[in-house]
Amino acid sequence: MQTLKIGDKEFSSRLFTGTGKFSSSQMMEEALLASQSELITVALRRVDMNNTQDDILSHLRHPHINLLPNTSGVRTADEALFAAQLAREALQTNWIKLEIHPDPKYLLPDPLETLKAAEELVKQGFIVLPYIQADPVLCKRLEEVGVAAVMPLGSPIGSNQGLQTMDFLRIIIEQSNVPVVVDAGIGAPSHAAAAMEMGADAVLVNTAIAVSPNPVEMGQAFKLAVQAGRMAYEAKLAGTSLNAQASSPLTAFLED
Amino acid sequence: MSSEFYEVLSTYQWDEVKSSIYAKTAADVESALNSTSPSLEDFKALISPAAATYLEPMARLSHTLTQQRFGKTMQLYIPLYLSNACANGCVYCGFNHANDIKRITLNKEQVLQEIQVIKEMGYEHLLLVTGEHPAQCGFNYLSEMLELVKPYFSLVSIEVQPMDQEHYEKLIPQGLNSVYVYQETYNSQRYPEYHPRGKKANFKYRLHTPDRLGRAGIHKMGLGCLLGLEDWRTDSFFTALHLNYLEKTYWKSKYSISFPRLRPHAGSFQPNVVVGDKDLAQLIMAYRIFNHDVELSLSTREYPVFRDNMMKLGITAMSAGSKTEPGGYAVYTQALEQFLIADDRSSDEIQQVIAANGYEPVWKDWDTCMQ
Repeated sequence: MQTLKIGDKEFSSRLFTGTGKFSSSQMMEEALLASQSELITVALRRVDMNNTQDDILSHLRHPHINLLPNTSGVRTADEALFAAQLAREALQTNWIKLEIHPDPKYLLPDPLETLKAAEELVKQGFIVLPYIQADPVLCKRLEEVGVAAVMPLGSPIGSNQGLQTMDFLRIIIEQSNVPVVVDAGIGAPSHAAAAMEMGADAVLVNTAIAVSPNPVEMGQAFKLAVQAGRMAYEAKLAGTSLNAQASSPLTAFLED
Repeated sequence: MSSEFYEVLSTYQWDEVKSSIYAKTAADVESALNSTSPSLEDFKALISPAAATYLEPMARLSHTLTQQRFGKTMQLYIPLYLSNACANGCVYCGFNHANDIKRITLNKEQVLQEIQVIKEMGYEHLLLVTGEHPAQCGFNYLSEMLELVKPYFSLVSIEVQPMDQEHYEKLIPQGLNSVYVYQETYNSQRYPEYHPRGKKANFKYRLHTPDRLGRAGIHKMGLGCLLGLEDWRTDSFFTALHLNYLEKTYWKSKYSISFPRLRPHAGSFQPNVVVGDKDLAQLIMAYRIFNHDVELSLSTREYPVFRDNMMKLGITAMSAGSKTEPGGYAVYTQALEQFLIADDRSSDEIQQVIAANGYEPVWKDWDTCMQ
């Protein structure tokens, strides 16, 4: 399977994960290790950036794990810039998952503020991965300002509803020059596999693993599903057809 | 000026709403349980007497919805009572100006002593509480105290007298994150009987506090009615109506619902209506089924066994180790509490109970860098 390159990093796992909603930091660590995820997002608001012994961060210290701090909780581009700068200093990474959702109910991203913040963060040297609506035009605009990848949502975050935005994801994947990471809404390994078969470069999964009665096994299940989906994409799926193939070709007369 | 909630509230008649809740049937409850986006009519069914025999399916649904949205986590906060000075005469409250209790307003030094104890317990989310006494603990005092405590906590909220929009606009950049203002009762006819004097006697000013907060751009606001004054089902319907209105109008703010239930205190007020444990459990679960995303908070007014079980059935935030008198953590212990604590377990004990229930205690869920 091909490795995935984003910014200056190469990943052998195409499963990105999150750190919220677990029953304990210990459980989080076990599940994320089982998932073999190499890029793990962590909410700035949950960690104590001044404390090197922070409970969440200390459970993520493994050589294969890269931290992807996210700005979840901010409502404007200005707030996102400030949070990103603090994260860079405290966590020693210039990677940032840009999340600007002024709507705290459904946590839907603000496209205008996200574009504005992304442009500025790229100028400041960040590797920017914006969480956005599955909007193909917005993805191109973000690509133009220099983001490292785009992260369109599959369905509302935490909803486990799968790829409700599939038609738009297809267009985004088809048109994108940067990696496409399907983020939010992936509720089952089959959803993750479907996204990978479509040609998504990676998926990000959190709730489905954290809230499962068995997060460790679910982490493993997602690992396998993402691998299977990617392998199928690379091997190329056999075409499907709803119609039976006519045994007497309609164009046979052209051969006469 | 934009519209305010009274315009919505005044289109409803208390008695009509009450009858319509009591008229809900088992079929209405089942339809509410099967709805993908429950309406206010569904909420009525869920809090109606007809739903009393559906507590088990309500509990299962509430459990699942809460875990999906909030995960296996429980947010922890602690109240810090700054002052029990109060010019109001709320008939049910221990801080009632007529009560002969020692009045204390903490000074900066005392607040720092209190904070030291609170920080040792591990808290990052602090709730500042005062009575309503403009001269002793008004806006200027609060502003000073906010400035003082801010460096020690990642999130500071207040439960104090309602203020003007411009006051909130000044406190928010100072680091104020959330404001809790309970209407106590939405029954405008009966409200004056409970709140005979002081600024709190003004029903509409209190009712429109969330509107002022929303316009000021507050991150989170908490609503609730005092359970035990008027018919709890009807008052809870109006709370839900208020929540619905606010969510649509001030869509950038987060919302929280609390469930203060009247308990014995220094005055002599006895609850007008008894809200039993089954009623309160039904109400909490009804809220979760009605609104999947709203924070539901339960304080130490409730007994351990109720709290320990409700943390699995909809509740997402809890206080623990609370003292409800100013200075109670370090400075004084003899002043009188606002209400009696039913759950006096330490925050360490609560933390262990949360973990034993399979949940992670969340101490920090905000950062000053985000505001």
